Amino acid sequence: MAGWSQHKGLGVALSREGIDTDQLIPARFMSAPRSEGYGRFLLHDLRRTGETPDPEFPLNRPAAEGASVLVAARNFGGGSSREAAVYALVDAGFRVVIAPSFGDIFAGNAVNNGLLPALVSEADGARLLAALAEPTEVSVDLESCRIQVRDIEARFEIEPVRRTKLIKGWDDIDLTQAHADQIAAFRAKLAETRPWVFPDAEA
Amino acid sequence: MSGPKTLLDRLWAAHAIHTRADGAALLWVDRHLVHEGSHHAFRKLGERGLGVAEPALTTAVVDHYAPTRARMDGGASDDIRRMIATLEKNAERHGIRCFGLRDARQGIVHVIGPEQGLTLPGCVIVCGDSHTSTHGAFGAFAFGIGATEVAHVLATQTVWQVKPKAMRIRFEGALGPGVGAKDMALGWIAQLGADGARGHAIEYAGPTVAALSMEGRMTLCNLSIEGGARLGMIAPDTVTFDYLKGRPFAPQDTGWERAVESWRALRSDEGASFDREVTIDASGIAPVVTWGTSPEDALPITSTVPDPAALTESKAAAVRDALDYMGLAPGRPLDGTPVDRVFIGSCTNARIEDLRAAAAVMAGRRAKVPGLVSPGSMMVKAQAEQEGLDRVFTEAGLQWVGAGCSMCVGMNGDLVAPGERCASTTNRNFRGRQGPGARTHLMSPAMVAAAAVTGTLTDVRPLLKGRI
Ligand code: SF4
Repeated sequence: MAGWSQHKGLGVALSREGIDTDQLIPARFMSAPRSEGYGRFLLHDLRRTGETPDPEFPLNRPAAEGASVLVAARNFGGGSSREAAVYALVDAGFRVVIAPSFGDIFAGNAVNNGLLPALVSEADGARLLAALAEPTEVSVDLESCRIQVRDIEARFEIEPVRRTKLIKGWDDIDLTQAHADQIAAFRAKLAETRPWVFPDAEA
Repeated sequence: MSGPKTLLDRLWAAHAIHTRADGAALLWVDRHLVHEGSHHAFRKLGERGLGVAEPALTTAVVDHYAPTRARMDGGASDDIRRMIATLEKNAERHGIRCFGLRDARQGIVHVIGPEQGLTLPGCVIVCGDSHTSTHGAFGAFAFGIGATEVAHVLATQTVWQVKPKAMRIRFEGALGPGVGAKDMALGWIAQLGADGARGHAIEYAGPTVAALSMEGRMTLCNLSIEGGARLGMIAPDTVTFDYLKGRPFAPQDTGWERAVESWRALRSDEGASFDREVTIDASGIAPVVTWGTSPEDALPITSTVPDPAALTESKAAAVRDALDYMGLAPGRPLDGTPVDRVFIGSCTNARIEDLRAAAAVMAGRRAKVPGLVSPGSMMVKAQAEQEGLDRVFTEAGLQWVGAGCSMCVGMNGDLVAPGERCASTTNRNFRGRQGPGARTHLMSPAMVAAAAVTGTLTDVRPLLKGRI
């Protein structure tokens, strides 16, 4: 995965609190192979009345076409561990989600797919939501942890580990393989320290 | 690190293989559980030409898509059959034990782990499922991971983590009759919010927790994620050891004695410091139901539906939205709200004790609405049938079916119809969770049984008079 440190793109606001992973992608779509693209499942039921797209839904408005930054409200991505929620956002073209709080597993999954979960204060979150009443260009800088919309500036937080990972585009399996010897040594000691870890009887 | 330690400190130290300067640690994984949803991870593994590092520490089970009726037909649709077959194929290819539909040990991943003795104190346990926190009830460090991490664990038997902050929730005082772990959990989540414990590992403690059975402890830990926590756990004690002794994958004979001896050290020291502490008086907890579309939207059954007019504008909008979806009028009593169906099942509340609690309310009564009872595992199903609980449910008019996630998430086709109101023992009342347009009210198994026999949300306590 390619790393990145700056992003400039169209921002769209979704002011509803608690957009959980079941909203981001309803369970019934999760058996699809990723190769078919998950973008069409993004917020599938929330943006429709029955099967008809709701023209008022922020992401359905023509002005939001091509958006890559989503400003959301409290507790975004809470709920299930389904990485498909992140696939739906990424495949729909999003690179950044800004919110005052995130589901923990969602945030980790996001980083593993190059999507930045930018944590802002409640006050900044509200200012950004207001600033994006109409979709507008947003600049995001991972090095300085800053967001800019017109003359509004906000700082965001992200765990240093996750920030580095996004910037460098690190892949965990590659990183871990560099520790293969340590892992093997740890495993060898387990037989003494916690022998019950290896079940002996195949029940 | 010297000085008093928390349970979290102990579990962390025992599994950290390597800690980077930026704080990320590579943790050894003792138990990895996979289900049909792992198809993305196996594909990633395949793309890189990698194998499974520790098949013996990995267990696969069919649960999310498991048909609960006509099981041997293999599923309601081609899609479902394909998801199940893919898991079984992946398990076979990599030499992973797999509890498929024909296996007597099949059930929901978080039910079968403990039941088989795969879940043990002192383990790091991961699964591509958020309710992995359930296993923390045994004093394990257990958490849900996404598909990229599942692939990583399959390939390396390790996972990168930043140590969560330590939080302790103490419950003090005795629970009233008809009140249990589900009410404790929904109670603290309503108090702190669905993101209230974000970034924390919760240790549940105090006399009320110590008095809970393993089933109750699992329910409590299961719901940790609904309060935003990374995981929940409880220090193992005699209740834990009694539950595990003799389970198929638990250590046997002298191995057992040695294991128990080491497990006794898995607790927080007197004076250990937590980043956050909350104390809750359990004696004041009444049976809880949810009214909205987040588990934090929970209230005692004795209260009224919140009124947006009485709230600040920022809160009011969310409440109005939720009530609109749920089809509830503000200000009316929760008790007496008619329901269309009930569901007893899921990794939160479908263990034997949950079924007994529901049956205690239902025995000799008829359900006024249709409903489904799906035991957490085929072992739980067999046990319940031995105790005659199945007959209590079927004589009441409910359907008694096979084990799986079923109507908790609807992936197998067990759905709540649009607009229908369902009293459910599950863990998520999210919009559309039980099917598009479905209206879910979360509550305990006893409360669901009360809803079944009255056809409304109602306080179970009067129905229990003379029964417990
Ligand atoms: S029962 Fe529900 S919450 Fe539990 S693992 Fe299955 S789908 Fe997830």
